[in-house]
Amino acid sequence: MARSIKKGPYVDANLEQKVQAIIDGKAKKSVIKTWSRRSTIIPDFVGQTFAVHNGNKFIPVYVTEFMVGHKLGEFAPTRNFRGHAGSKK
Amino acid sequence: MARIAGIDLPKNKRGEIGLTYIFGIGRSTAQYILNTAGIDPNKKVSEWNDDEQTAIRNIINNEIKVEGALRSEVQMNIKRLLDIACYRGLRHRKGLPLRGQRTRTNSRTRKGKRKTVAGKKKAPKK
Repeated sequence: MARSIKKGPYVDANLEQKVQAIIDGKAKKSVIKTWSRRSTIIPDFVGQTFAVHNGNKFIPVYVTEFMVGHKLGEFAPTRNFRGHAGSKK
Repeated sequence: MARIAGIDLPKNKRGEIGLTYIFGIGRSTAQYILNTAGIDPNKKVSEWNDDEQTAIRNIINNEIKVEGALRSEVQMNIKRLLDIACYRGLRHRKGLPLRGQRTRTNSRTRKGKRKTVAGKKKAPKK
């Protein structure tokens, strides 16, 4: 079931602060390291690069405007399927 | 023979059903069209006169996305998912289900016909 529109998109508070600091010019623009895969990408995030944790390492994600509305975790796959044993490509 | 949106409608079906032969029109959209045009949904397609056909065409042209335009919209949406490389896009690329269904068994609609793997062991009998 979809989230109520009344509540607005869910973004972890600390992540929002970090992005806001960069937009305000208080912090230097850099890759934002985050574990918050559950945060929705909001329009403010466009143009930022996030390093999203996938449980093992951080995957760099450059946010474009088409990604707005998706969650950060959708861009850092947690499973790495290399094919079954013995199946040659 | 009524030809609407580039599709020949079956002539001896009820209007409500006949309209659903157009891609993008289902039962409820068909009912909506016939209501707005003021046509009895039980009237057969072959019994529509020219005025009624024009009315239906106008409603479809102005309000509803059908056939080619709709198909290309669907393709554009899928392409967007592929381009941003999100989870759903990756599943589209691999031809697997997108919405978290199991893939150990079933999901044959997405995966297509079974491909037998040689030398795969069967589960031991218990």
